[in-house]
Amino acid sequence: MPPVLSIKNLTKTYASGLCALKNINLAIDKGEIFALLGPNGAGKTTLISIVCGIVTASEGQVLAGGHDIVSGYRAARSMIGLVPQELATDTFETVWATVTLSRGLFGRRRDPGYVEKVLRDLSLWDKRNDRIMTLSGGMKRRVMIAKALAHEPEILFLDEPTAGVDVELRRDMWTMVRGLRERGVTIILTTHYIEEAEEMADRIGVISKGELILVEDKATLMKKLGKKQLTLQLLEPMGAIPAGLSRWPLALRSEGHELEYSFDAGGDRGDIPALLRTMGELGIGYKDLNTRQSSLEDIFVSLVSERAGHAGGAEARS
Amino acid sequence: MSGLTFNRRGVWAIYCFEMARFKRTLLQSLVTPVISTALYFVVFGSAIGTRMSQVGGVPYAAFIVPGLIMLSLFTESLSNASFGIYFPKFVGTIYELLSAPISSSEIVLAYVGAAASKSILLGLVILGTAALFVPIHILHPLWMIAFLVLTAANFSLFGFITGIWAKNFDQLQFIPMLVITPLTFLGGAFYSIDMLPPAWRTVTLFNPVVYLISGFRWAFYGTSDVGVGISLGMTLGFFALCLALVAWIFRTGYRLKN
Ligand SMILES: Nc1ncnc2c1ncn2[C@@H]1O[C@H](COP(=O)(O)OP(=O)(O)O)[C@@H](O)[C@H]1O
Ligand SMILES: [Mg+2]
Repeated sequence: MPPVLSIKNLTKTYASGLCALKNINLAIDKGEIFALLGPNGAGKTTLISIVCGIVTASEGQVLAGGHDIVSGYRAARSMIGLVPQELATDTFETVWATVTLSRGLFGRRRDPGYVEKVLRDLSLWDKRNDRIMTLSGGMKRRVMIAKALAHEPEILFLDEPTAGVDVELRRDMWTMVRGLRERGVTIILTTHYIEEAEEMADRIGVISKGELILVEDKATLMKKLGKKQLTLQLLEPMGAIPAGLSRWPLALRSEGHELEYSFDAGGDRGDIPALLRTMGELGIGYKDLNTRQSSLEDIFVSLVSERAGHAGGAEARS
Repeated sequence: MSGLTFNRRGVWAIYCFEMARFKRTLLQSLVTPVISTALYFVVFGSAIGTRMSQVGGVPYAAFIVPGLIMLSLFTESLSNASFGIYFPKFVGTIYELLSAPISSSEIVLAYVGAAASKSILLGLVILGTAALFVPIHILHPLWMIAFLVLTAANFSLFGFITGIWAKNFDQLQFIPMLVITPLTFLGGAFYSIDMLPPAWRTVTLFNPVVYLISGFRWAFYGTSDVGVGISLGMTLGFFALCLALVAWIFRTGYRLKN
């Protein structure tokens, strides 16, 4: 099946001269939840804004459902719903009016029944006749989601959907996202909360300084890059690692009070019993142990710093 | 821009949304002009009219009616249309308009159509108010409507452009205050430009507002400062100019898109 969204050689240089996106290539499959992960200023919003028609690309091509977003903008945009990062609402209007406007704007026939369903799903039904300015921040965000869903989009963009959002809305949002996915809606969300990407996404793209560093299935990414660590709290501090333990990549921490063993999460776990056995034979006692799996956060930090290291190296050489 | 179809639902949605906004402020938007029209009659009609009974065979109080309507039409069209597009820009809701499958000409049609509708309605209300003070007869009703609609559309379009151009509320006020009001007062709303000294009369001919008011007044009384054909030509020319400007704005994304 062809990708529902295809981005080719996309580059954006703002009028200020700042290059916010550098030759982005990305294909999103129908029905997947894709998380675009990156620090502030990485270019996530710029990428979304181009796909949605809010920012003009400098170079490259984007196809949504096979339609070029420039030459076939009507067909392309009809498929897309956007919940932008910034809270922006028609303050003086009622919830009902603004959601109805959204549906009409996207060329959809009036359908009060559908709008009602969207409002009910987002716990906005009781507020439908309230002016938006009387709503709390969380409720306003719900209104923006309702607007994005009003025209039954096939592709939904959520730009930092949970930034500054209360727990309840966060939970509701994920329930909604899962429900939409079940109906075949493709969801692309950006976040700099790694747990979010980890929890929700099928695939993850990491973006930093306008470059898409990697795109990977979440599971593969975790397996490929995830490290596990076993930390042993020693009974007696050690000055150096004994030669008898040199088979294992070990490190001393906390001034010799802790012994740390790093291994690939996907690798041979059989080593741990062997390590512990050998330690017993050598008479090295420990009072506690714990293991830790590296989170996406660690992966991300190592990826970004690795690249920064490369860049630094290149600079140093030149 | 490619357009397989015309997004009529989109246009209608914006139009209704804008008209609903007007409806909410209906009272204040109608009461103010009605009161100011009444005041104009008291001040200009009665005070000046007693000294200047007739202009070109028309009683002075009746003579100023077309100018009064035009004055309101200019300011209302401008402020409605400029605010209509400035506000989404200001609060950020413009994102939705830019991401919707709607062409620039459809956006203009919807916003300008809504703003023009409201000012036409207002023009008719003022006409009704004026009819309470002076007997009014309209010689060419169809032309009167044509000039009314054209002028409302013209200034709404112009307002739309200023709304896109404006970066803050001060700039939004700037055009009506500094440009339109003087042009209107110097445009023969309350006098015939024949009354001016010859040198000033020539200067006035560079004022586009003169042509609009003159044409509109002709539709009422059959007398005009300049030929009605020229009036119509200037009105259409101005309209074409605004359309070209809007087309350029959308093509370049000027102050709308990065
Ligand atoms: N309108 C703009 N003009 C100039 N630079 C911009 C504009 N919008 C964003 N940028 C810059 O582009 C880069 C990417 O921004 P953005 O896409 O908002 O990142 P993110 O959403 O990942 O935080 C940042 O350095 C930002 O300062
Ligand atoms: Mg962002």
